[in-house]
Amino acid sequence: MKIAVCIKAVPDTETKINLAGDKSNIDFTGVRFLTSPYDEFAIEEALRLKEKNGGETMVFSMGGAECTDVLRDALARGVDNATHLSDPSFTNLDPLSTAKVLAAAIKDGGYDVILLGQQGVGGDNSQVPAMLAELLDLPQVTVIMKLEITGNTFKAEREIEGAHETVEGTLPVVLSAQKGLNEPRYPGIKGVMAARRKEIAVKNAEALGLAGTIGTDKAPLKLKEMALPPERPQGRVLEGDVDTQVKTLVELLKKEAQVI
Amino acid sequence: MASGILVFLEQRNGAIRKASLEALSEARRQANGKEVTALIVGENVKALSAVANKCKPTKILVVDNAQFANYSTEGYAAALTTAIKTVDPQYVFAANTSMAKDLMPRVAARHDAACVTDVSEIHVAGDRLEVVHPMYSGKTRGIFELKSNVSFITTRPNIFAVQEAENGHHAEIVDLPVTADKIRAKVTAIHASEGQKIELSEASVIVAGGRGIKGPENWNILENLCGTLGAALGASRAVVDAGWIDHQHQVGQTGKVVSPQLYIACGISGAIQHLAGMSSSKVIVAINKDAEAPIFKHATYGIVGDVFEVVPKLTEELKKHSG
Repeated sequence: MKIAVCIKAVPDTETKINLAGDKSNIDFTGVRFLTSPYDEFAIEEALRLKEKNGGETMVFSMGGAECTDVLRDALARGVDNATHLSDPSFTNLDPLSTAKVLAAAIKDGGYDVILLGQQGVGGDNSQVPAMLAELLDLPQVTVIMKLEITGNTFKAEREIEGAHETVEGTLPVVLSAQKGLNEPRYPGIKGVMAARRKEIAVKNAEALGLAGTIGTDKAPLKLKEMALPPERPQGRVLEGDVDTQVKTLVELLKKEAQVI
Repeated sequence: MASGILVFLEQRNGAIRKASLEALSEARRQANGKEVTALIVGENVKALSAVANKCKPTKILVVDNAQFANYSTEGYAAALTTAIKTVDPQYVFAANTSMAKDLMPRVAARHDAACVTDVSEIHVAGDRLEVVHPMYSGKTRGIFELKSNVSFITTRPNIFAVQEAENGHHAEIVDLPVTADKIRAKVTAIHASEGQKIELSEASVIVAGGRGIKGPENWNILENLCGTLGAALGASRAVVDAGWIDHQHQVGQTGKVVSPQLYIACGISGAIQHLAGMSSSKVIVAINKDAEAPIFKHATYGIVGDVFEVVPKLTEELKKHSG
């Protein structure tokens, strides 16, 4: 079984977000990059599939130098090989352009299963997995909580509002991982040492057959600018004993805020 | 020349989602005199056009056959693609639900088109729309221009008001024949989750618990308050990771981002990744023993006190008012 995992390097979720001077992005000064949390579930699932079915695993990440650490981390967890999709034209890409780059890297690889996180933390788009499936002309199951693969068939459970859907079909398939799919392992010291010696393949736009086709200037979706959300007005802490506080709160919710 | 707005209305079990009617109402407000077409896909769903009609679309397309009884990405993508071909809209709207997040990016890629999910504001800019999409779980937001021939937008639930007219409107209802020739991933079962009756992302009131509730045996205190308010039950990451409650209840980064009218945080200190998921709520009430907890900086109203004392009293007081 050949398994591909696509991961994204994102700012640590505890990061205090400031904007860059020209508002074109957040200020990355001093920001620590980590694997997007949902991608960790995708990596773990790939490792488990390989342990059970044999085969090989390949991890892809698109972006700048920040990708190296997350690719090494995936290798340290046990992924076999890593490819860094790196090109000046791959900077600040929208979801569809990102999916095009990933599709170019994946399409001739003969992969049976392609795994991604259900959302890249930060951009918060939840678009790339479905777009990638469309570009590769493969079935998709997004936001999965459970996966069984038997022979060349898959059975996945996806999370929907107030329920789980069971979705079945035949490989190959694109899957996006939700929290709860598994419990990701941490890389051991042996894995970390081995990952250091591994080579990370690098592919640019030309190698992917995408020269001159990808870039923020070529996408129909434009980020005009970023803005911080409006500050919430100063709230108030209610006075008095518990009975008074509770009475005051209900009054305020009814009369002032008018939400009940 | 593409013009007007096509709105995909999500139905499950013979009911159109409220969030879909919000998307339809917003389309009407943004259409600027252009046509607004609603699309309903399913089996035996013709009667639902009466519900859609209240939001006054120009036209309602109905795709109705057994192939669409359950949602499937490829089946519904075929239906939406056919509708786009029929209507030639400038924009396609849908509510930002698990169905739309699965469907819209796929169809957008098929049209080599711009797509923005989870949109919280829409503005007219010249002959185009400009949209706001919260990023970094709401810690910042991006303002986007969509410049493809047809562009795709999913609207965040609970932000856009439903606007219904009681009568006097008669949308043109059109049967749209669609055959999906390729459904490779099929839904074979749907299991309702235990517990949660009201979906978090669509609830207008949320009561959420954190470490301060001390253990999973104490959820009933919050559930009673939920019952009185008709609220959904939320939780912090700490208690989900501790296994006190299922992940479907988690609010914040790696959980759900919510925008209810009223959010009552009980025994939640307010970690940055939790705040990111709920700080766009209209009114926030914080109940916490620790007066220094960061949640109080974001709360509209705060009560410094013991959850075990305050919450039952609050439930009683609310019962008096509703009774």
